[in-house]
Parts: sequence; C-alpha cells; structure tokens
Amino acid sequence: MILVWMIVILLIGGLLCWLTARANEHAAKWVALVTMLIDAALICGVCFTQRVSSINTWIVDIKTQWIPAYGIGFHLAMDGLSMVMLLLTFFLGTLAVLCSWNEIKQRTGFYYFNLLCTLAGIAGVFVAMDLFLFYFFWEVMLVPMYFLIAIWGDTNRRYAAYKFFIFTQAGGLLMLIAILSLYFIHAAQSGVYSYDYFDLLNTTLQPSAARWIMMGFLVAFVIKLPMVPLHNWLPDAHSEAPTAGSLILAGLLLKTGAYGIMRFVLPLFPQAAEAIAWWAMLLAVIGIVYGAMLAFAQTDIKRLIAYTSVSHMGFVLLGIFSFNAVAMQGVVMQMITHGISTGALFVLAGMLKERLHTRDIESMGGLWSSLPAMGAVGMLFTMASLGLPMLGNFIAEFLVLMGAFTANVPLTVIATFGLVFSAIYSLRFVQKVFLGPSTFQKPLPDFSAREFVMMAALSIAIVWLGVYPQPVLDMVQHAVQAVVTK
Amino acid sequence: MNKLVYLVPLFPLAGFLINGLLRKSLSKGIIGFIGSAAILASFVVSLVLFFQVKGSGAAIPVEPLFTFINADTFKIDFAFQVDQLSSLFLLIITGVGFLIHVYSAAYMHEEPEQHVGRYFAYLNLFVFSMLLLVMGANYVIMFIGWEGVGLCSYLLIGYWFKNNDYNYAAKKAFIMNRIGDLGFLLAVFWLLSKLGTVSFNEVFPQVSRLTPTDITGITVLLFVGAMGKSAQIPLYTWLPDAMAGPTPVSALIHAATMVTAGIYMVARSNALYSLSEVAQHLVAIVGIATALLSATIAIKQNDIKKVLAYSTVSQLGYMFLGLGVGAYTGAVFHVMTHAFFKALLFLGAGSVIHAMHHEQDIRNMGGLKKHLPATHWTFLLACIAISGIPPFSGFFSKDEILAAAYAHSPVYWVLGVIGAAMTAFYMFRLYATTFLGQFRGTHEQEHHLHESPKAMTIPLIILAVLSVIGGMVGVPEVLGGHHELHAFLAPVLTTETHHEISHSTEYALMGISVAVAAVAIFIAVSKYSKKPELGEPAGFGKVLADKWYIDELYNNIIVKPLGALAGVLKNVVEKSGIDGAVNGVGRFVKYSARQLRLLQSGQVGGYILFMVLSIVVLFLLFWNQAMITQFLNKIF
Repeated sequence: MILVWMIVILLIGGLLCWLTARANEHAAKWVALVTMLIDAALICGVCFTQRVSSINTWIVDIKTQWIPAYGIGFHLAMDGLSMVMLLLTFFLGTLAVLCSWNEIKQRTGFYYFNLLCTLAGIAGVFVAMDLFLFYFFWEVMLVPMYFLIAIWGDTNRRYAAYKFFIFTQAGGLLMLIAILSLYFIHAAQSGVYSYDYFDLLNTTLQPSAARWIMMGFLVAFVIKLPMVPLHNWLPDAHSEAPTAGSLILAGLLLKTGAYGIMRFVLPLFPQAAEAIAWWAMLLAVIGIVYGAMLAFAQTDIKRLIAYTSVSHMGFVLLGIFSFNAVAMQGVVMQMITHGISTGALFVLAGMLKERLHTRDIESMGGLWSSLPAMGAVGMLFTMASLGLPMLGNFIAEFLVLMGAFTANVPLTVIATFGLVFSAIYSLRFVQKVFLGPSTFQKPLPDFSAREFVMMAALSIAIVWLGVYPQPVLDMVQHAVQAVVTK
Repeated sequence: MNKLVYLVPLFPLAGFLINGLLRKSLSKGIIGFIGSAAILASFVVSLVLFFQVKGSGAAIPVEPLFTFINADTFKIDFAFQVDQLSSLFLLIITGVGFLIHVYSAAYMHEEPEQHVGRYFAYLNLFVFSMLLLVMGANYVIMFIGWEGVGLCSYLLIGYWFKNNDYNYAAKKAFIMNRIGDLGFLLAVFWLLSKLGTVSFNEVFPQVSRLTPTDITGITVLLFVGAMGKSAQIPLYTWLPDAMAGPTPVSALIHAATMVTAGIYMVARSNALYSLSEVAQHLVAIVGIATALLSATIAIKQNDIKKVLAYSTVSQLGYMFLGLGVGAYTGAVFHVMTHAFFKALLFLGAGSVIHAMHHEQDIRNMGGLKKHLPATHWTFLLACIAISGIPPFSGFFSKDEILAAAYAHSPVYWVLGVIGAAMTAFYMFRLYATTFLGQFRGTHEQEHHLHESPKAMTIPLIILAVLSVIGGMVGVPEVLGGHHELHAFLAPVLTTETHHEISHSTEYALMGISVAVAAVAIFIAVSKYSKKPELGEPAGFGKVLADKWYIDELYNNIIVKPLGALAGVLKNVVEKSGIDGAVNGVGRFVKYSARQLRLLQSGQVGGYILFMVLSIVVLFLLFWNQAMITQFLNKIF
C-alpha cells in the first residue's frame, strides 16, 4: 500500500499546490516541499525497515484489478532496484522544489503541480509491474515536463519543448505498439489477456517477433537514455528548461530509459537482446566519446553539462549490454551518481545564472575569488563527473568498465579513453567558470542558507557513495542477479 | 597495536578538513601550525611503525577497514598494509613532508589568510592521498591514492588560479596523468578478470596462474601508469610545466614524493615484473632514454626551477633503469636519497626566489653566495650529492643502479655514465651561475637581498645533513659496508637479481663514474663562474633550450587535431547532420501539409475530378491484381 500512497501523496500535493497558490503565491512551494519530505521520509522508512534478501526479492507487491475486461491490473511492486530509484527520485525531487524557490515567480501553483505530477509519473514508472500501467505513468511524466519547459523555460523554450515531446512521444508510441503485440501474442498462447509483467515474462516468442517487439521497447528507452544518434532532444531540453526541470531531466528522466531496458528489455527478450549486444555496446562507446567531444566544444554552460550526460549515459548502455552482474551493479551506481553529480552541476548552473544572468562560459571566469564556496563545490562535482576515486561516479565507472572488460575488451579500451576526454572537458569547464582572472567587478553573493543546505546534501551523498558504496550494491544485488541470470 | 596504522592517514585527513572548512576563520599562523602538526603526528606514528617492522622483520598485520566493493565475482577491501617497503616510503613522505610544511608556513606568509588555508588544506590532502597510495593493500586502494595525488597536484599547480598560464599547466598535468591512469586501470581490470583479486597478498603468490601474455600485458599497462605519474617518455612534458606551482609544492610533490609513485608501484609489483622480460626491457629503455633526453634539456634551461624539473625527470629515469635491470633496492634507495637532495634543491631554489622577489631566471642572479650563506652551502651540498661524489648520498644509490646496469648490459652503463656526467655538468652550471660570480640583478633586488627566515633555513639544514649522510644505509660490500637497506627490504623485493661482478670491476666502474662527474663539475664551474651564458641560445643550444620541440609536436599532432575534431563534430555532424535531419523532418511535414491543404480547395468540380480519377485508378488496380501481386513478389 505504501507505494500507492507515495504516488497519491504526490498527486494530492500537486493539486494542493495549485489550490493554495490562488490564495497565496508563496504557499505553493511550502506545500510542495512538505509533500516531497513526506515521500522522502516514507521511502527512507521502507529502506531502513525492509531487508532485501535472495528469498524476498520483492519487498512490496500490491496487485488489484483496474480494467479487468482487458486484463489491465493495478500492479505495483518494489525490489531493490526500484527502491534505490525511488530514493533517488524523492531526494532529487526535494532538491528540485528547493532550487525553484526563488527562480519561479509566475504561476507558482501550476508550476509545482506540474513538478509533482512529473515526479509522480517517474515514481510510478519505477514501480509499475503492469505494462499498461507502466505506459500510463510513462505518459504522466512526459506531459507535465513538457509544460515545465514550455512555460517556465528560457528564450528558446517552445522549440525545445516541442522537440522533447515529439521525440519522447514517437518512442512512446512504438513502445505502445510493442506492448500491444506482446499482449496479443501472450493471449494467443495462453488464452489469458493480461498486461501483467510477470505473466508476460512467460511468453515464448519467435526470434523474429521478439526482435521487432524488443526494438519497439528499446527505441523508446534509448531515446530517453539517450543514445547517440537519438540524443538530439536532450541538449535543447536541458538547456532551456528551468533549473528544476534540468535537474529532473538529467537526474531522473534519463534513468527511466535505463531502468526500462533493465526491467523490460533484457528479461522479456533475452536472446534478442543478446543478439544486438555488440551493436548496442558500439553505439554506447560512440556515445561516450561523441558526448565528451561535444561537451568540450560547448560554450553554453547548460548545454555543456547536457552533453556530459550523453557521455555518461553511454557508460550505462555499455554496462547493460555487457550482460553481467558486475557491470549491471555499476549501471545502477552510475544512474544514482550521475543523477547526483549532474544534478548538482545543473543546480550550480542555475545559481550562476541567477547571479550573472548568462549561461555563456566565455563571459564567466575567475568566479572563485568572489564565490569561493561555490567554487569549491563546483570543483567537487566536476571531479565527481570526471570519475575521481572517493567520489561515487568512480565506483560506477569502475564497475561498468570492469564488467564490460570481461564482455568485450576492445570496446572497453575505447570507453576507458572516455575518462581522458571527461577530464579534458571537465577541467575546461572549471577553468572557464571559476579560475582565471575575475571578470565580474561587482560583488556576488556566495551560497545562501537554502543553497548551502542543498549543496551540502548533494556533496555528502556523492562522497558517501564514493567511500562506502557497498550498502547500495547490496540493495540492488538480487534485482540485478535476476536480470542477468534470465 | 595495528590500530596505530589508521592514524597515519587520519592526521592529514583531519588537517585537510579543519583547514579546508574553517579557512575563513583561522589565522595564518594557526593554519600553518595545524597543517604541519598533522604531518608531524603522522611522522611520529610512522617512525613507531617503522621500528616495529624493522624489529619484527615482518609486515604489520592490519585488519581491513571495511569492504569497499563487493560485486558478484570479486571483493575489494578498503585495507592497508605496512611492510618494509611501505614503512620506508611512509618515513620519506611524512618526514620530508613535515619539513616542507614548516618551510611553507614561512614561504607563503605574504598570501592572504583564506588562500593560505586553501594551500595547507590541499597540501594535507596530498599527503593523505600519498599515504593511501603507499599503504593500500591492493591495487584499487593504491589507485585511489594514485588519482588523489594527481588531483592535489592539479590543485596546487593551479594554486594561483588567477593566472591562466598556471591553469593550463595544471590542466596539462592532470590530463597527461589521466592518460597514464588508464593504463593502470586497464591493468587492474585485467588482473581482476584473471585472478578475481587485486590484493597484493593474493596476487603475488598466484602469479603462476597467469600466462606470459597476461603478465606482459599487465606489467606494461601498469608501467603506462608509471610513465604518467613519474614523468617518463612520452608522458613527461607535464612535469616541467608543473613548476608553475609554489616552490615548496614542487619540492614535495614534483620531486620528493608523488613522482616517485611509479617507482613504488613497480617495486611493489616486482613479482610480476621479474617474470616479463619484455616489460623489464621496456622499463629500462624508457628509463635510460628519459634520463638522457631530459639531461640534455636541463643543460640549456635558464629558469632555476626548470633546470631542477628536468633534473628530476632525468633522475626518475635512472630509477626506472634500476627497476628495469632488476635492482629494485637500488631504485628505492635512489628514491630516498633523491627525496633528500632534490627537496633540498627545490627548497633552496625557493629561498633564492624568495630573496630575489620572485625572480627565477638565473641569468639575473649571480654572486648570491655571500648574501644567502645558509642557502648557498646547503645548495652546494645537494649539488655534490646529486652529482654522485662519494661519500655523499647520491653516490651510493646511483652507483648501485649503474653497477646493476653494467651487469645487465654494459651499454646501459655507458649511457648511464654519460647521463651522470651531464647531471654533474648542469647542476654545477646552475650552481655557478646562481651563486658564484657577480650579482647581475637590479639594484632594488640587491638592496632587498636577505637570507630567509629560520623556518626556511632549518629545513634546508636538516635536508642537507640527510643528503650528506643518507647514503650510509646502503654502503655496498665492496666498500666495506653491509647495505642495511638491502637487508631490510629483502623480504619484499624477493625477485631482485643479484649481479655478479668482481670487486675489481666494481672499483673500476665507480672510479670511472666519479672521475667523469668530477671532470664535468670542474668544467662547469670554471666555465660559468666567470662567464655565465647570458644571451639567448643559438644553434643546437636553441633546440635544447626549446626542449627538442616536443611540446610543439604534441600540440600539433594531438591537441590541435582533437580541438578541430570537436569543432567539426559540433558544427557539422551535430548541427548540420543530426539536428539538420531532425529539423528537416519537421520542415518536411510542415511543407507537405501546406501542399496537401491545397487539395481541399472547396470547389465541387475539383472534388468530382479527383473522385473519378480515383475510381479509374482503383479499377485498374483490381483489374491487374494478379499481375501486381506477382510484381511485388518479384521485388520482395
């Protein structure tokens, strides 16, 4: 029941934001914050009380009928993987509310409504075990995000929002066709019409059918991930979205793609997935290098960070298609640590924009002098993003590369070069923004208390994950084993 | 007792946190005190550990701190190990490190509080990382330290971050190190995939399970890591540029400790290296080539720190030569003596720069002997030590490497002696140009010339004493010694090759190398004390002064093409290609919609025409259904 509550609380909270904002514009953010904190507290509670074990892979499992005539059920379940993703969702969700605090001044009620709805959709995606329901949540997270970009975005927001919507929707429709095909094939075989994940897992598919249906799922997921060359929506959406939008896009939305591949593509179509593994790994490696190269060439701070995401998500794809538990654990780590480190960089970019009113790194420089604390935090997350040991991303990349090494040595070697490229663009970023002679004469305010709390939370998280990653690895171990052994 | 081990890295970590977080509220004096005290505390503990190891003759057993990564097929502990090799390095790091911290407190006194806090925080973090590197009980913990010292090196080279030239130097150092680190990382993957462990205690007894290809691959990849960190060909060009950092940083990181990490790693992995002839040859050849190349460059440099930087690269080359010919003790011995005299040289240079108000060009110095007596005498002793004149420390360590090289192949020895001659020459060129002759600086500089404060000269004196007597721990048998260091390290460096050369040959080798060095010193002093080179170098000298144009080469074949490629990817592939295709689809839909709209003209006549035409077409299609199906079947 707790899973339902988490989602319902978000939706109710969103509606309350909308309603209270009519009375008082400032009330909405408080309502949103309280909502997020309740959810965060709930998931932490589950996390501390439940233990994942090999017998009890599914910690929570709730199943009721929804539209029984078509075999559609309301089935939510949570294993270690889902739990970790929910933790990340509510952590970053809370920060998303906090970083919108002063940035959003217009239509705050509707803004927080959309924000919380997107988060509800994301949370739903991570726990839905009925494919129809999954598709439903998939759309729920898309539409409010479209509004977030199109209404509260930057100057080129319309274009970015359209692009984001069309790309994602095109993938989504392919997935819908794939879901329906799977549903009918399963019905033809067993005589039972069901969208339930665990029922569909038992479907036997002809290799050609499996290939096409898998492609339907996969395209939807790799667009979200994103995989080069389907990444094109991402730089525009990330750079035009408001800070919270970028944070959620990079931190969570991209992860739904990776989650989808792990949860659906591999278990449902193991042979078909294995058949394309080499190509997927190749595209992953191309993405790692290509994203890094483009990040190096950017001058817009948010576009730069967006392309680093393309590069980092290449590691995720590489790890998934290595088909072993080590790489898969690395993938989960990468999803979390990338969410934190890139999220932090987007939040920083938002803070810089609030102060300097520009996103152009060529017009920044020397900010360490006036913003030493922000400089230090910026340095920390830059280092995280280039994979420095003792910070979470290193563990992720280490495990992914280690796993990939056993699957394909040449591609892993090229992927490892991604670490050099990431050093090149990251250090350029730090230098252009924080180092060098100062270009801004007037004094700039360093962190406010709210900003300090946010960055402190993110910093602690990234260091903790880098020094003591084992609890997270333990949490996802069984879920990951289940995916791999399939 | 083994809980004590954790204290060693804990103190610098605490120092880093205190100075880093509270740097705004602490005064300079307190910051310097905290920074230095943290290292002193580590040093004291290290001493205790050292004598424990020495007393028992065995490694101190240390419980793993916690499980770092436990993933499916392997488990990596966050574990430390203190044995003979690491305890020796602990002493060097914390001992020399402490002296440099004390020196720094005086050297950096002109900097504003907040930046002093940052400086000491970085410096403490560096020592912490370096300690992780040498104390780690497996390759992964070593790698954590390995990259950590790289970070600190980056931060400290770019300490004066307002100067973009320094930032570029810092960036270059980090990236070149990163390239090396890839080798290290791949070696770790290789080991893990073959043995399922990276722990030293488990890897070395199991080397027989590895095929020769595995061993060669792993050792060569590890050596790529060492090339980056220890500045060997082709990844050496970052080290001279790293001199952009404050001088004590150059002394600690870029001379005494971090750059010797590669030697530590190879010595630590001696069980692997000894099994791969390919790797050993590679190490030796790269080592001697680097030693010679950078020595030639050092001869024509005029920046006091640049000379020392190239000298460091050259000396590191000697250490690798030692490792390559199986003289692991010799290499470690040279790490130790080099830490003493090279730290001393850098700190001496710092004292000179301090006195000359940030002047680094030796052509504008001269005659500093009488103005800076303590600096001068200690610098001279260090020059003698590095030149390999007995009984100074450098003689014993260098001689041991050269003797082993001779036993391996006389060619290595000849090249080594040529390098030694160049070393003596450029060091005394530096000495003579800086300290002898007439003062050539401005009047203002001369007026302000002063000996540095006690906090700077006392570390100089201590290091000078060590540079003179430090070699006594490794006096070879042929000179009537027992070589305590050899005996001490023997349990760790088990695969050391013992060269078999007769005593008479050994005397002859020593005699020749000392004589050659003495002649080189004589020439350098007599040539440069009277008439130092003041003009711009010409001819071949210019090639040397411009470092054989290696930087330009790298710039043109790697840096620029990569930048251009990134530009092409951004503007052509991404913008015109992918984005163009996406927007093209959008435009096509818009365009075709606009055209199709024209069909709906609202004129009944038009609609009827379409209807008739459509009926005809459909009719024809049905009429020829069989033919069309056949046709379609043919193509598909």
